[in-house]
Amino acid sequence: MLNILKSGFFTTVQDTGRFGYRDKGVPVAGVMDSFSTSKVNTLLENDEKCAVLEITMTGPKLEFEEDTYIVLGGAEMSVTLNDIALENYKVYKVKSGDILSYGKLEKGFRAYLGIKDGFNTELVLGSRSFFKPITNKDSIKKMPDLPYATCKQFNPKISELKVDSVLDKSVLEVYKGPEYKLLTDNQLGKLFYREFSVANENNRMAYQLNETIEENKVSMLTSATLPGTVQLTPSGKLIVLMKDGQTTGGYPRILQLSDMAMSILAQKRSGDHIKFKLK
Amino acid sequence: MSNFKISVRQFGVHAILVEWPNKVDESILDEILQFIQYLKKNQLSEKEWEFVPAYNSLTLICKDTVLDFDYFKPKIKEWYSLIKKVSHATRYLWRLPVSYDLEFGLDLQEISSQLGLEVNRIIELHSKSIYTVYGIGFLPGFMYLGGVPEALEVPRKSTPRSKVPAGSVGLAGKQTGIYPQDSPGGWNIIGKCPIPMFNVKNENPCFVTVGDQIQFYPISMAEYQLHKIEAEVGIYNIEKIVLNA
Repeated sequence: MLNILKSGFFTTVQDTGRFGYRDKGVPVAGVMDSFSTSKVNTLLENDEKCAVLEITMTGPKLEFEEDTYIVLGGAEMSVTLNDIALENYKVYKVKSGDILSYGKLEKGFRAYLGIKDGFNTELVLGSRSFFKPITNKDSIKKMPDLPYATCKQFNPKISELKVDSVLDKSVLEVYKGPEYKLLTDNQLGKLFYREFSVANENNRMAYQLNETIEENKVSMLTSATLPGTVQLTPSGKLIVLMKDGQTTGGYPRILQLSDMAMSILAQKRSGDHIKFKLK
Repeated sequence: MSNFKISVRQFGVHAILVEWPNKVDESILDEILQFIQYLKKNQLSEKEWEFVPAYNSLTLICKDTVLDFDYFKPKIKEWYSLIKKVSHATRYLWRLPVSYDLEFGLDLQEISSQLGLEVNRIIELHSKSIYTVYGIGFLPGFMYLGGVPEALEVPRKSTPRSKVPAGSVGLAGKQTGIYPQDSPGGWNIIGKCPIPMFNVKNENPCFVTVGDQIQFYPISMAEYQLHKIEAEVGIYNIEKIVLNA
């Protein structure tokens, strides 16, 4: 077990998400920054579906009960293992009784803690990703511990990785969305030539942007939405749906983020700037 | 079959959007469902693909692969032209109990004066109608139902509630439906259904499928309490009628 001494601001268990239930209205969920997580699981030689901890803004304090190996990734935070500073994308051996403490957030917004063979929390509809009410929990707050398998011996093929991090990027590559054609020249001009900033309303469901473009009065029938769909609301606001985003919507879907753009945006917080670029 | 002209569009690199004419129409929904049936049986494995129908659209999502749209666009049009006599998936009419007690029907009196209809007449109209499920979304298990009688069309509340209790039956514009979980919501609340619309413990977590039909029937407060307990312990049998046997 991994004992949770402090939970941090918002820490969840996530894997690659829940598939096959979107026609019943169940969001995919899963890690927000799949680029960084895949590096973490690769270093541990884990299956890509192995569950990791997604740590938002401030991190937890955790005590390992069994020996294993871990890798950190995503946002840069000052993290110590029994007072020794750790770095992202390096394999570390941890022993029973070791304490992992997260400190200051240096860069980015979501950090990941990967563990050899992943966290073994409950599978619900084929995924361990927290999403209330599909799962009972929406974060590790009030949970005493998290299960994982002991690993005494592991000789990683690669012990550290130089990752071309998503943290410094701010250009989001996008595809034209299904309702892209509704956009006027004026709207297109604003969309691709100005910078947008992330609004305070940003979470795993959606990122709203502060700057508006010309409003759009077109009404359409409710249709499917995806993680990464950029919706244009009747007031001209842009909403980027993220991993916990609803599966259908009635606002024009003007853009669709690339997978990499999703990872880049997942590392942004209120006030951070982004730009759209057509792929 | 294939009575309608469809458009096939790229929706990012993992999804394809197929659209029918822009209207709410049973015959369009019927073709979408038959097309899904055909694709699942003959072309696209359910292990790799998700099929999300809603009103006049079908979104095909392939979870991991980057799709070659230039390959799929003509293929999808060709497949659509091929469906002739596909066996329908079984469709059901679900009869769901609703207590229209004023304790649950928080807005019944308010909309009674707005619509100029007695509360009993609202209940009668609402439970007499048969509604078609045009989509499931917004929340897990939330049904978009079409078929609200004109006399019951009432605007959504000017100030949404921050928390509508799970099971509440709402009415707004041309739509009615059940809030499957506690959620913020702006629809007028007229009653409560004791049967959960979504249960992760079931292999199929939501018994309703797009294309099914729903009818509500009024029950007393005592029956509500009974059915709620029956549903919780798993002995409530939801009344269903096969539509296309």
